[in-house]
Amino acid sequence: MIRIPCPFCGERDHSEFHYGGDGSITYPALDAPTEDWLNAVYQRKNIRGVQIETWHHVNGCRMWLLVERDTITHEIHLVRAAHDGVDGVLKGRT
Amino acid sequence: MTRFSAWSVFWNGLTNQMGWKPQWRTPELKADYDVVIVGGGLHGLATAYYLAKNHGISKIAVLEKGWLGGGNAGRNTTIVRSNYVMPGNREFYERSLKLWENLSFDLNYNVMFSQRGHVTLLHSPEAIDAAARRYNTMRLTGSDAEIWSLEELKRNIPHLNYAADARFPIFGAAVQRRAGTARHDAVVWGYARAADKRGVEIIQNCEVLGVTRENGHITRLETSRGNVGVKKVGFAVAGNTSLLWEMAGLGTLPIESHILQAFVTEPVKPLLDQVLVFGVGGANFYMSQSDKGGLVFGGDIDWYKSYAQRGNLPIVQDVAECALSIMPCLGRVRLLRHWGGVVDMSMDGSHFICKTPLDNLYLNAGWNYGGFKASPGSGWYFSDLIANDRPHSDIVNHDLKRFERGHTIDERGAGPDPKLHG
Ligand SMILES: Cc1cc2nc3c(=O)[nH]c(=O)nc-3n(C[C@H](O)[C@H](O)[C@H](O)COP(=O)(O)OP(=O)(O)OC[C@H]3O[C@@H](n4cnc5c(N)ncnc54)[C@H](O)[C@@H]3O)c2cc1C
Ligand SMILES: [Zn+2]
Repeated sequence: MIRIPCPFCGERDHSEFHYGGDGSITYPALDAPTEDWLNAVYQRKNIRGVQIETWHHVNGCRMWLLVERDTITHEIHLVRAAHDGVDGVLKGRT
Repeated sequence: MTRFSAWSVFWNGLTNQMGWKPQWRTPELKADYDVVIVGGGLHGLATAYYLAKNHGISKIAVLEKGWLGGGNAGRNTTIVRSNYVMPGNREFYERSLKLWENLSFDLNYNVMFSQRGHVTLLHSPEAIDAAARRYNTMRLTGSDAEIWSLEELKRNIPHLNYAADARFPIFGAAVQRRAGTARHDAVVWGYARAADKRGVEIIQNCEVLGVTRENGHITRLETSRGNVGVKKVGFAVAGNTSLLWEMAGLGTLPIESHILQAFVTEPVKPLLDQVLVFGVGGANFYMSQSDKGGLVFGGDIDWYKSYAQRGNLPIVQDVAECALSIMPCLGRVRLLRHWGGVVDMSMDGSHFICKTPLDNLYLNAGWNYGGFKASPGSGWYFSDLIANDRPHSDIVNHDLKRFERGHTIDERGAGPDPKLHG
């Protein structure tokens, strides 16, 4: 079991979470050229090593998280809230 | 090399089995080849075999970083079927199944292909309607397909959980009788032996580490056993495709590497004659019984991207729950082993056999859960592409540009999320 330290709930089994996917993607503007959309929707870096990805703590606080994880060892390096606003609140508290 | 025959088995029986020779050579890497296939899994070996057999190309090497069949070729649950209905997939998988039907004879190697039938359980009248549409498409395009009523299913497989108050009561089944299983290692060895016999050089423990290009053309590959000059190159490295692609300086691909697990129980007496599939609401479970008696289970991928060739615990639980819910009599059977393989999940669940931005590089990838059954067809179409430098008309849309054209080949209708394409 991978253990993910949720910044809101503490360390939990990954089975409490739903895997989102590649967290490095930024979607282009709605009127951006088709090619940009093609890249964002279909093309993947598929990193062997540390990558950034999204996880949803569905059976917990229900927050979306950005997680840095090694795709070979499953070691977790960094976890933070996916939304700047919430991340800011967290930071203000600590 | 001696051909296998009833006589050779009989004679070696009389002479203490001392007459068998290694089934393929162990050549040194040469300075150059006409075609180099990277990846000694089923697709690489089958491609080399058909390049030599159908297209008369003789200077071929297969480079494998580990040992033959150490990748997904030796890790899968060996299910062979052709119940795909999207144009292109339909023709591809049907051709592959036909090749399977003659494979042991063609390779002079018993791949233990067993057409035991593939039974997909259906859990509502609507599911029966949807299956009837798919299976009618198969019948209209030269395949075999049946819908079994509940009574017929009970006659064939009496010991499923038919309780009316089951969480998902069984209503019937969709069946392909010509589908079944084969012995995965035997297919690897059979293709390797038959390719070697036609002059293909299989180089194991030879990892491709770099790709040298000049003007949109690959001139040589750097390997752990030295450099090799190439006229044409084919990549057939399944879960490692993105790494090779990057080595060739080609950037990103519509592929993600995920982990898929398989499980086998302790051996029991004959209990299940068919391949049985159970799937509701996207969840996926299948089982068959091996010749040794072990029940072989497969389920969903682990949901998160992974290059580790091992799986995680939630899927163990999932798979065990699925097994018990359809066959409660398995309650006290113990799991013996489970393992994982890195599968190349594509953005629409279909594969790529296509040309690439480099004029002498060809790509074979994106096999998701289903590349075992595809092996003969994959080798057949990929060798045709490499030899003739144009795709066969059946696979013109199995290229990397299909997303740009809006032509996704999405059997499941799951959309552009690789983890959903079971
Ligand atoms: C658990 C599991 C169950 C499955 N069940 C089924 C099933 O029931 N039915 C079905 O149809 N399909 C199934 N599949 C899918 C099927 O096994 C694969 O799609 C198929 O085997 C992939 O093709 P391959 O055999 O060529 O791949 P592999 O055997 O993975 O071959 C690729 C080879 O490339 C080599 N390689 C990688 N990088 C390099 C390099 N740089 N240099 C040299 N060599 C390199 C690897 O070592 C490897 O041997 C399953 C897969 C898994 C993991
Ligand atoms: Zn949480």
